[in-house]
Amino acid sequence: MRRFSWFNATSLTLGFAFLYLPMILLVVYSFNESRLVTVWAGFSTKWYGELLQNEEFLDAAWVTLKVAFFSSTIATVLGTMAAYVMIRAGRFPGRTLFSGMIYAPLVMPEVITGLSLLLLFIGIGLDRGVLTVVLAHTTFSMCYVSVVVSSRLSTFDQALEEAALDLGASPFESFTLITLPIIAPAVISGWLLAFTLSLDDLVIASFTTGPGATTLPIKVFSAVRLGVSPEINALSTLLIGIVTVGVITASLVSKRAAVQRRREEQAAQRTA
Amino acid sequence: MRRAVLIAVPYLWLLALFLVPFIIVLKISLSDIALARPPYAPQLDLNEGWAGIRAFFTGLDLENFTFLTTDDLYWKAYLSSVRIAAVATLCTLLVGYPIAYGMARAPQEWRPTLLMLVILPFWTSFLIRVYSWIGILSTEGVLNQFLMGIGLIGEPLTILNTNTAVYIGIVYTYLPFMILPIYSALEKMDESLLEAAEDLGSSRLAAFWLVTIPLSRNGIVAGCFLVFIPSIGEFVIPSLLGGSDTLMIGKVLWEEFFSNRDWPVASAVAVVLLLILIIPIVLFQRSEEKAREAGR
Amino acid sequence: MADSVFAPWNDPEAKPLIQFKGVTKRFGDFTAIDDLTQNIYEREFFALLGPSGCGKTTLMRMLAGFEEPTEGQILLNGVDIGHVPPNKRAVNMMFQSYALFPHLSVYDNIAFGLRREKKPKDEIHARVKEMLRLTRLDRFAQRKPHQISGGQRQRVALARSLAKAPKLLLLDEPLGALDKKLREETQFELMDIQEKTGTTFIIVTHDQEEAMTVASRVAVMDEGRIVQVATPDVIYEAPNSVYVADFIGDVNLIRGTARARPADSPPEAAVEPTPETKPAPPKATASTSASIAERTGPQPNTLGRALHDKLLSPIFGKWIEDEPRRLPPPSAAEAPRAAAPQTPAAPPRPQDIPPGGLEIDWSTGQAAIIAANGDPVLDGEKVVLALRPEKLGIAKTRPDAPNTLKGKVIDIAYLGNISTYHVEIEGGVMVKAQAANTRRIARRDITWEDEVWLSFTATAGVVLKDE
Repeated sequence: MRRFSWFNATSLTLGFAFLYLPMILLVVYSFNESRLVTVWAGFSTKWYGELLQNEEFLDAAWVTLKVAFFSSTIATVLGTMAAYVMIRAGRFPGRTLFSGMIYAPLVMPEVITGLSLLLLFIGIGLDRGVLTVVLAHTTFSMCYVSVVVSSRLSTFDQALEEAALDLGASPFESFTLITLPIIAPAVISGWLLAFTLSLDDLVIASFTTGPGATTLPIKVFSAVRLGVSPEINALSTLLIGIVTVGVITASLVSKRAAVQRRREEQAAQRTA
Repeated sequence: MRRAVLIAVPYLWLLALFLVPFIIVLKISLSDIALARPPYAPQLDLNEGWAGIRAFFTGLDLENFTFLTTDDLYWKAYLSSVRIAAVATLCTLLVGYPIAYGMARAPQEWRPTLLMLVILPFWTSFLIRVYSWIGILSTEGVLNQFLMGIGLIGEPLTILNTNTAVYIGIVYTYLPFMILPIYSALEKMDESLLEAAEDLGSSRLAAFWLVTIPLSRNGIVAGCFLVFIPSIGEFVIPSLLGGSDTLMIGKVLWEEFFSNRDWPVASAVAVVLLLILIIPIVLFQRSEEKAREAGR
Repeated sequence: MADSVFAPWNDPEAKPLIQFKGVTKRFGDFTAIDDLTQNIYEREFFALLGPSGCGKTTLMRMLAGFEEPTEGQILLNGVDIGHVPPNKRAVNMMFQSYALFPHLSVYDNIAFGLRREKKPKDEIHARVKEMLRLTRLDRFAQRKPHQISGGQRQRVALARSLAKAPKLLLLDEPLGALDKKLREETQFELMDIQEKTGTTFIIVTHDQEEAMTVASRVAVMDEGRIVQVATPDVIYEAPNSVYVADFIGDVNLIRGTARARPADSPPEAAVEPTPETKPAPPKATASTSASIAERTGPQPNTLGRALHDKLLSPIFGKWIEDEPRRLPPPSAAEAPRAAAPQTPAAPPRPQDIPPGGLEIDWSTGQAAIIAANGDPVLDGEKVVLALRPEKLGIAKTRPDAPNTLKGKVIDIAYLGNISTYHVEIEGGVMVKAQAANTRRIARRDITWEDEVWLSFTATAGVVLKDE
């Protein structure tokens, strides 16, 4: 408290202004009457109307949601398995290669991932479309999932699994009845992360997509290359709104749960 | 048995969709461009048996890599990518450190909220965040209007489609990556250390320089690598905010592939880019290991 | 008399519940358990005691099925379970961390094992209720583990591991997380529950007091071997090695050379009031006693012979006794010990001392210490006399006792109920003596720098071969 000086207050204010002003401006100009983004011509919601009537955008949004849903779900399953293998399976031949392949996509430039996957799909003669994008997204987002889940698993008390086995549960039951419910928050976070990454991805999707599988970022990219467009502002506002509501709700819920839990723990100690 | 399946499924997936594609890139980078489908040669023809395999291998060469060194465009692009990434990383550090510092010194009950405010942009679309700067930096953009409005400049500045815009874009989009590790290092720091330093006669500034900075060093190093590594191969920022003279290797690769359809050269560009990236990645990994050992 | 005492290990007819047969466990180069053979009987409360890294936890994890023995067999009711997975064993474990499932209520935690057996619902419900009653947790059935206190969590863990009525319950440092007072209460609760359910308990602990309190037999472990298995009183009063003597409680170790005493009994010996618990006759420890021991089954376990030959004899040599150690007899001189300071000085009367045993030359120029319970086999060997501080009397004048040592008080630790005196005896050896403060301001007459006499009977100490 002592050190929360004017300097700190100023740097925080300026810092958060820098982080948020561009997005706030996007939101504000999405309600601008004029097509010229830079001139304020009165409040209007007409761009939202146009956006919702733009078939191309709606189609792209639908493709994107489909891709994100399938790829994040498969990635969560594979990523959780990979995390479990990394933390629990001990030594096995090729473990170093495995961990290398888990972590490499995290630092791999998207252009390379995209290029290499495209060359693979061409090489094996797989027609490019929704399927190839899903495969590509699953591959890189499973690595993010496995990082999130494995950091949770590494602090997981292994005695809980042993206790389940000891009480007669099969290894599978001990995973589904004990481990999975306990690490569920991490798995869900992993899924959300994978979903967001997939929604967001432009580069890899551009490489691996084909006719009929234009995702929203590809659509947005080709639109904004030509400059600012009020429909994109409206679209951005919708996306920012969804994310903001989601993140705030999640943090409130988790904060509430933590407070509740602390209160219960204190109560338990008092009555003991 | 169950364990084998558990290992095999993700393992095979990664082999098939990560390692094999990469080997294909490596192979094509050694091939030559050809007017065919797919547009490179030689093709491995297993129908011809052993002779086919031999013909295939003798057809591979390092020609594309020699080409990369002879053509100015490529090595300049690599150099300029590294330079832009380095300058942008430094800027991100200068912007991010005071924010992280302010967060760590903020009252305890604000910190979760401040942390959430830093993380929130991370969940927001990268593309949209880059796009938001187009409207700000363009000649008729908000920034120029504002500066002319207060009479600071008479004529609009050209910022969009220059390297400056690329720096701004990188700083803006990667800022959370810099703030978070520094914040977590600073937050762990015991404030009484500063009091001790002042008690022992150092000024506030000296205490900051001699105590705070060294103790947040791990956070600074991690943050710098987290910004530097992905910015080298960045594509979206230079193509939306940069100009025609902005040379970044991600953009070059994209154009080589989509516009020139020169797959072998694009593959060679990718291989060299990876080789360049290995250096900071290994350094990063080593510094993380050292930090973890010191933490114990 | 033997019938009323629970001691199946002395009964050659008794069938052991658990048999370790030459069990070895290696982790790479490290040998955690080294060729261990041991029987554990039904309804026993068996404690594995030792410092960390002695192999006690590995032994327990092998019983639970989390580790497989590298060599040897582990039999449960005569069936080899060495390679049976943990979920298929009638053995349950209470974990050190309790390992309560945080997302399940107390009720569901206890029901977890029963549900895995696919028992009918009402049967499960009845059993869970019974367990809740047994551990006094009825009120907390619907709570989650974080909503109850540490002591309650400990009871949930116990109830959960007992719910399936296992043949064998393993307890891994079960009370380690509780504070001292709660721990002591819980020890008695554990004993009570063990008696009520009739389950065999094996407890792993590094706390010797805990082991002594709860267990029917204690196994002291060191470096993957069991050094001694015996009832708590024997472990304390008759340790078989310097290691055990030193590990359990406080002990004075006086080093010296043994010399056999004549074994012919003077007429006074017949007057001694303790014929039943007489120490092992000196000659009985000769190899001829082995066959007798096997026939009458007085050994700690039926595999005693193998244990001795394979494990203990190589470590300790011929010194090991084949007969179980009994408590040394309280000698006539021991009774008046407390009053010793008040009795006027009198010359020692050697005719009070039981015949046989050893004399120990511990310091040149000092009278040899008489250890009538010493094994004459040790004649001429380097030995250690292990002497508990409370077996020593302390007085300002020379008391009438078989063994007396003169010294100077260096330190006094007043602990309320007792006082411990640190006395430097001639030759510079530090010896601790304890005296109960039976009267207020007792023994205030002894203070720092005082010249004092320490006294003890001819059977107060235990003579151990120096390692």
